[in-house]
Amino acid sequence: MPVPVSHILVFSLLLFSIGVLGVLTRRNAIVILMSIELMMNAANINFIAFSQRLQNMVGQVFGVFTIAVAAGEVAVGLAVVLALFRNRDTVYVDEVHVMKG
Amino acid sequence: MAPEAVVFYVLASIALIAAVMVIWSRSVIHSAIYLVLTFFCVAAVYVLLRAEFVAVVQVLVYAGGILVLFLFAIMLVNLGDPGGSRVRLHATLSGFIGVSVGGMILYVYSTGRLASALVVNPPAAAGGGNIQLLGAALYRDYLLPFEIASILLLVAMIGAIVLARQKY
Repeated sequence: MPVPVSHILVFSLLLFSIGVLGVLTRRNAIVILMSIELMMNAANINFIAFSQRLQNMVGQVFGVFTIAVAAGEVAVGLAVVLALFRNRDTVYVDEVHVMKG
Repeated sequence: MAPEAVVFYVLASIALIAAVMVIWSRSVIHSAIYLVLTFFCVAAVYVLLRAEFVAVVQVLVYAGGILVLFLFAIMLVNLGDPGGSRVRLHATLSGFIGVSVGGMILYVYSTGRLASALVVNPPAAAGGGNIQLLGAALYRDYLLPFEIASILLLVAMIGAIVLARQKY
């Protein structure tokens, strides 16, 4: 099955770049969280690809850990978004400049 | 080209197109739906890479849990369709940063330092998947990180409840 690891890495790189672009360009905090999930997925693909390449289970173990951390992160992130919406009535990160003196 | 390679390229293209649509579509609900498509394609790539358990966990946690969480948040926040919120003013600068980061890593790839002998091996242990191996690694060598991850999830759960409470 000749799928070279470099092609998988390019795939994950493109996914990561799309995530970076989403974080940088979107204003909606929920979409920014989604872009962060895209980036975590890209990192996870790298873990799995190298685990397969090296015939080593450590990559898959850390892939499971990454998914757990992503679940916790998105739960707290969405709670922050909800608290933000309650207090400021917006989820657009441009309009949240309370600390900007 | 081997059929497995064809499947990989098709899945990767669908995942990338869906990922672009996540950040491109105006409606947040559409973004969430495209996000679940990306997650499913990535899970299929995991299956191709012989990581069946991680693929199942990906579908359960991402497509099952995180997407429901996102949809709940979208419904609770319930914003209309804001016109012209797709791209910020400094989109050109952000695009430049993204493209240059991508180009930089592509350049490292193309110099060939990583390309040496980076061809995927045939699977060592077919038959029955790798769940036994993964379980042995997870519960023997990585037991402490596993427990710490569960504590992290507990802390995240408590934090989310405290943050999303009605009154402070």
